Amino acid sequence: MRSDVRNFLPRVSFHLVCVLISAVSLYPVLWMIASSFKDPSRVFVDAHSLIPEVWNFSNYIRGWQGFGGITFATFFKNTFIVVVFSTLGTLVSSTSIAYGFARILFRFKKFWFATVIITMLLPGQIVLIPQYIIFYQLDWINTFLPLIVPAFFGGAFFIFLFMQFIRTIPHELDEAAKIDGCSRFGIFTRVIVPLIKPAIVTAAIFEFYWSWDKFYEAMIYLGKPQQYTISLALRMFSDPGVQTDWSAMFAMATLSLLPPILVFFIFQKYIVEGISTTGIKG
Amino acid sequence: MNGKQIRIRYENKAGYAFIAPWVIGFLGLMLIPLVCLIYFSFTRFDLLSSPQWVGLSNYVDIVFSDRKFVQSLKVTFIYVLVLVPARLAVALMIAMLLNTRHRLIGTYRTMLYIPSIIGGSVAVAVMWGLLFSRTGAVNSVVQSIFGWNPNISWIADPRTALGTLILLGIWQFGSPMVIFLAGLKNIPYSYYEAAIVDGANGWQRFVKITLPMLSPVILFNLVMQIINGFMTFTQGLIITGGGPLDKTLFYQLYVYRTGFEYFQMGYASALSCIMLVIVALLALIVFKTSNMWVHYESRSE
Repeated sequence: MRSDVRNFLPRVSFHLVCVLISAVSLYPVLWMIASSFKDPSRVFVDAHSLIPEVWNFSNYIRGWQGFGGITFATFFKNTFIVVVFSTLGTLVSSTSIAYGFARILFRFKKFWFATVIITMLLPGQIVLIPQYIIFYQLDWINTFLPLIVPAFFGGAFFIFLFMQFIRTIPHELDEAAKIDGCSRFGIFTRVIVPLIKPAIVTAAIFEFYWSWDKFYEAMIYLGKPQQYTISLALRMFSDPGVQTDWSAMFAMATLSLLPPILVFFIFQKYIVEGISTTGIKG
Repeated sequence: MNGKQIRIRYENKAGYAFIAPWVIGFLGLMLIPLVCLIYFSFTRFDLLSSPQWVGLSNYVDIVFSDRKFVQSLKVTFIYVLVLVPARLAVALMIAMLLNTRHRLIGTYRTMLYIPSIIGGSVAVAVMWGLLFSRTGAVNSVVQSIFGWNPNISWIADPRTALGTLILLGIWQFGSPMVIFLAGLKNIPYSYYEAAIVDGANGWQRFVKITLPMLSPVILFNLVMQIINGFMTFTQGLIITGGGPLDKTLFYQLYVYRTGFEYFQMGYASALSCIMLVIVALLALIVFKTSNMWVHYESRSE
């Protein structure tokens, strides 16, 4: 009993501090959601309030109309195309590459593995200009290809993550499958891939986040509004030429954050594990 | 070393079959572009006509007569030098707070992580700009608490614009926090118990146990955060557009404008090359100095 009393104060202050920090860090998000339901004329009057005076759902309907006859259905569809293809591409290639590095001995392996590590450290934006020029020569500008095709050559972070997982699988399993008549490819698809499923889920989530938020590349490669992803569409709201409908913007911004937040709540465990094993940025 | 691995048997065909995508991707998307980048940096190139060799003239112009280059470098360095330590400090403090045995720890971690998963999006960037606008929620909150309205637009005032963006960066402390948390969990509790027996106070335990044990993780976070910091782009473009008075003209934003708005691809390539050298040098310095402060428990790795 006595220790309970003695612990009471530190315990309450701990929760107080945590609640305070959480409140400060969630406030901007809640404010955006609240503003998406406020009447357009009220968004910047008593702006701090988190409870709309009148719940106004028409912002969502107005926002969904988009621009020049192109609705957010198109922008969402475009974003999904980019996300689905780049996620599939990077998973297929990165698992196979990781298997090659982790299990097969071949010449110059050290060199190629070093290129993976260097790529992991080298920021991709540095080579954006020559990449743009190459895609321009290929006539890929104003298509989704520059956003999707690179994923099919594997992601350095994912290769690294998968290798960490493959290393924990005992070699005896490979040997046993080999004796049972499994080819290299069979060992990979039937033994390794099922065993690294958690890592694959983690990688899928991260690729989903990165391609969902992709902005710089989308901006330089996609020039036609019919091809715009959500990131580009949201930016059109702050176009200086027009009177901006901020509450409609807030409505669509909120909608665009829904998939990432949903994914986070469903797969939280994998995300935390993924970051802690490889340090990939969320 | 077990007996199996001593007998070296290369399986070149199988090996290269599995890593083929990487080899092609590395050559096509990394090595060739890198070589092109270096070549373009010595040319004048507007994308429509073929590149013209101009020697070092891009570099000479950048170093000696480009005030925007100096300004963007200054902005980026201030941003990185303030943001990275601040973000890591906040991340470490909160990770330590969460590395305790209390109820609801999972819930707090979730709530504190949400800003980081959505933080890179355009939606959040636009929201942040409005939050800190003259009529935005920040001024309104200050007014309702202190009864006084600062009445400035934080993003349009040259004195506060960059600070507002740094704040946005600090707000996204989630990833380093999770990495720190994993590192903290690896520190054996017995170390702390021994220190408590020896009469060490909280601060001493933090300095003598937590920091040294965590130093490899700190190094990792430091390198990744510095590299990411130098690549900041979206926030500057969406929230402030590089303004006011170029006070938030991030280096990448300047590269973007030169390359994709003025189509001076050669000049932009030279700018990129300079950034590559700077980032590589900084990473090298951090790694080289790391043996002075990074503590590895066993040298086996």
